[in-house]
Amino acid sequence: MSLATLDAATLYGLMGAVLVGIGLYGIVLHDVFIRRLLAFNLLGGGVFILFGVIARRGAGAGFPGDPVPQALVITGVVVAFCATALAITLIERLAAKDEASDGDDHS
Amino acid sequence: MLGLALDLLIAALVIGVALWTVRTRDDFAAIVGFVAYGLLLTLAWARLAAYDVALTEAAIGGGVTGVILLRASIRLKPVATARKPIGARILVGLLCAAISAALAAVVLLPMTPAPSLAIEVRTHLASTGLGNPIAGVLMAYRALDTFLETVVVLLALFGVWSLTPDAAWGGRPAMAVPAAAFGPLPLFGRLLIPVGIVIGVYIVWVGADAPGGKFQGATILAAMWILAMMAGLTQAPSIGRWRLRLLLAAGPIVFLAIGLAGIPLAGAFLAYPEALAKPLILLIEVALTLSIAATLGLLVAGPPDVTPGVEP
Amino acid sequence: MTALVALFSTAAIGAGIIFFLAGTVGLIRFPDGLTRLHALTKADNLGLGLIVIGLLPLSSSVGMALKLVVIWALVQFAGATVAQLIARVARSTERGE
Repeated sequence: MSLATLDAATLYGLMGAVLVGIGLYGIVLHDVFIRRLLAFNLLGGGVFILFGVIARRGAGAGFPGDPVPQALVITGVVVAFCATALAITLIERLAAKDEASDGDDHS
Repeated sequence: MLGLALDLLIAALVIGVALWTVRTRDDFAAIVGFVAYGLLLTLAWARLAAYDVALTEAAIGGGVTGVILLRASIRLKPVATARKPIGARILVGLLCAAISAALAAVVLLPMTPAPSLAIEVRTHLASTGLGNPIAGVLMAYRALDTFLETVVVLLALFGVWSLTPDAAWGGRPAMAVPAAAFGPLPLFGRLLIPVGIVIGVYIVWVGADAPGGKFQGATILAAMWILAMMAGLTQAPSIGRWRLRLLLAAGPIVFLAIGLAGIPLAGAFLAYPEALAKPLILLIEVALTLSIAATLGLLVAGPPDVTPGVEP
Repeated sequence: MTALVALFSTAAIGAGIIFFLAGTVGLIRFPDGLTRLHALTKADNLGLGLIVIGLLPLSSSVGMALKLVVIWALVQFAGATVAQLIARVARSTERGE
């Protein structure tokens, strides 16, 4: 093992590592669900970028990047969106339920 | 050198926007920050020469996710919360920094030679009849992943629908922006939607040989549908309709049927007979595009909130 | 000839960047929603238009050039619509206050 040369892939790899940290910080410290969800997606973006770096370093056979991790990331982005959509609907439903029960308390 | 400066700028912007998204006190500002983050990540993907991923990130990570987050920001009331005590923030910050540092170490000390399946993909790509290696991976070597992914998309919609209030079950989601009946939005919809449909179909078609594909194209088609619903040009369908449910399931059904046919014809589940690979992949892609577009549109529309039989 | 084309492209793209810069400064510095919107739409219209004009001679084929023009037209169209919508909301909240 030797130190990686400072090229675009290394730079974005470091960016991905920092993004994972930022996202994790938000997930742990936020109380509001929607903010936690945003932080989770920030983390996800960082993980995907790390895949992109692996793909870029695996360039070969005339491709600018290894197509296998890239295809995995495309799958990942779509699944992340589906999970986000489901989570948002859950959060909305929870908020509506809270609102309704608050109304009962006051009346 | 100039390229590296540009990369440094993009990376700094992405990290800055991410920090702002986490730190801002205003929930709506955080959502705006996240959409900007998605668009900036698109630039990072383009700089990593992953143009297919860049398209996906722009369409889904920045675009559709943004729409659904805005929907949430309308329906959710802001909740005032106190900041955590400084001690907790420092401790969590240090632990998160440690995880970042460990990941950074992995990035800085890479395996040599870098692991890659690029040569295997190149060797076998011709047998699929496709020119875009990522389409080849998605439709041939990792077809099982792609199949399960389309099922996950559908399952997410089931999950969203299962959160329907009892009274609205079988009804339709309300999507129209109240003030949209007049003014620029309906005109925008009428003019843009035909163009957008052409672009969406083009992205799907060109995906066989160039960056693009069914997920990216289907997202554009879904966006056009969402626009039509928001502008009040069309209503979201009642979720109980048979034709709608068939449309949603058509993609996975066609994929599964062709996959099963692969067992007697080509010797394995999801294997294609050599001569028919390209037309079969095309058939699956068309069915999947329609189903994914419909599913994504309904995911954004959310669970029904209009009671069946009662018009708003 | 190529030097002339490169000069033209550089000049057009540079001018476009200046418009983007001015629009961004306006977005940050202007006092209220409507004037900020004004700054933003200028950046979109002229800035992107000049950059596309600068890129046209560099594009590899007529199809590519056409796509660039379509992108510019779509951004114009979307920008104008969004500006209208935001302006309406800004005005109605002003009246409400």
